[in-house]
Amino acid sequence: MISKKVHSVKEALHGIDNNMTLLVGGFGLCGIPENAIAELVRLNTKGLTCVSNNAGVDDFGLGLLLQKHQIKKMVSSYVGENHEFERQMLSGEIEVELIPQGTLAERCRSAKVGLPAFFTPAGVGTEVAEGKEIREFNGKQYLLEYAVEADFSFIKAWKGDEAGNLIFKGTARNFNQAMCGAAKINVVEVEELVAVGQLNPNEIHVPGIFVQRIFQGEKYEKRIEKLTLSE
Amino acid sequence: MLSKEQIAQRISKELQDGFYVNLGIGIPTLVANSVPKNINVEFQSENGVLGMGSFPTVEQVDADLINAGKQTITTLPGASFFDSSLSFGMIRGKHIDLTVLGAMEVSQNGDIANWKIPGKMVKGMGGAMDLVASAENIIVAMMHTNRAGESKLLKQCSLPLTGIKCVKTIVTNLAVLTIENGQFVLQETAPEVGVEYIKSVTEGDLVVAPNCKEMFI
Repeated sequence: MISKKVHSVKEALHGIDNNMTLLVGGFGLCGIPENAIAELVRLNTKGLTCVSNNAGVDDFGLGLLLQKHQIKKMVSSYVGENHEFERQMLSGEIEVELIPQGTLAERCRSAKVGLPAFFTPAGVGTEVAEGKEIREFNGKQYLLEYAVEADFSFIKAWKGDEAGNLIFKGTARNFNQAMCGAAKINVVEVEELVAVGQLNPNEIHVPGIFVQRIFQGEKYEKRIEKLTLSE
Repeated sequence: MLSKEQIAQRISKELQDGFYVNLGIGIPTLVANSVPKNINVEFQSENGVLGMGSFPTVEQVDADLINAGKQTITTLPGASFFDSSLSFGMIRGKHIDLTVLGAMEVSQNGDIANWKIPGKMVKGMGGAMDLVASAENIIVAMMHTNRAGESKLLKQCSLPLTGIKCVKTIVTNLAVLTIENGQFVLQETAPEVGVEYIKSVTEGDLVVAPNCKEMFI
């Protein structure tokens, strides 16, 4: 067994430096790597480019890094719900690149599986297409989009074993699966880290080969952004 | 004139047994409340679930289970979870039978604008561009006019586009329209709304279908 286990979040983030590009899993606040984000705040790493579907809320998720001006650029599909982000964006303190959500996911997956680029119809005829190569297949136009390049990915899974095999829960899987393996160093935090042999190989969502470091998060708040109840 | 709930009710009549459906935020979400009892459809949410159920009770709430609007949800028997890239694979791969979404503007050649107002805060397109670029069956659910009373059915969109030549059906508070050969075709009028009034609040080219009738809600 090749062990990917590290003993602390501090060890998991070894090598993080200013001006790096990070892939950060999660959709809204669902499935975000809470412990890695807390450690980034503690380290006060600056000039980061964060590729993540959303930018958190004012006081949670990536919003915590925004508060401390640690992010230079956000690459996302949707950045509502965060007033501090809005302020930094309008004042020009932060650079923002908006990408269609499916394109963002596929740019991560492509990096993970060794494809440098792909064609997608999303954004044809819109400002997203500006400056991009267009090709026609079977009478329909497609944009050329490139795989992401990133130094670290921060992934949150439900359960994992010491070999780095992962199982997600519910819709917390979202971008975590495609991002895990897309960066040079892929760091996973789990709610429950078990010994090898404890997970059923039939139920693994991400094989450990895509993981370099895994640790059990100290605690999870799992904040709910929009609690909506049936009547 | 229809309420938002009635717009959703009219759209629900377009659902067919066995359809996989993606609903956008706003009026489209309401379509889930009026699925005809005699058919089975499954709702997909692009953050990674098929077989979405109703909102949870307090006991059922799970932080790991939300829809694309970030609201807590439940799943129905037969539901499945998957990751974002596969979710958009379903969308681009045309496995979704019907997409219902809102719009700020629709043009008579089927262009749609619903993600950005220049000069105002830009929140992003989310999954809307992927959806409109791939779906073959898109229904736009929206009010016929904006808050200023101006037509949202235009010759050309004035706002930045989300997608081009993709909308085929529009259900508004006043009418059901299709887009054919670069013009709006009035198919149904809302109860007690006249054709002339609909013409007066439609900026784009509008023709009345020979069999145009009053909507049945």
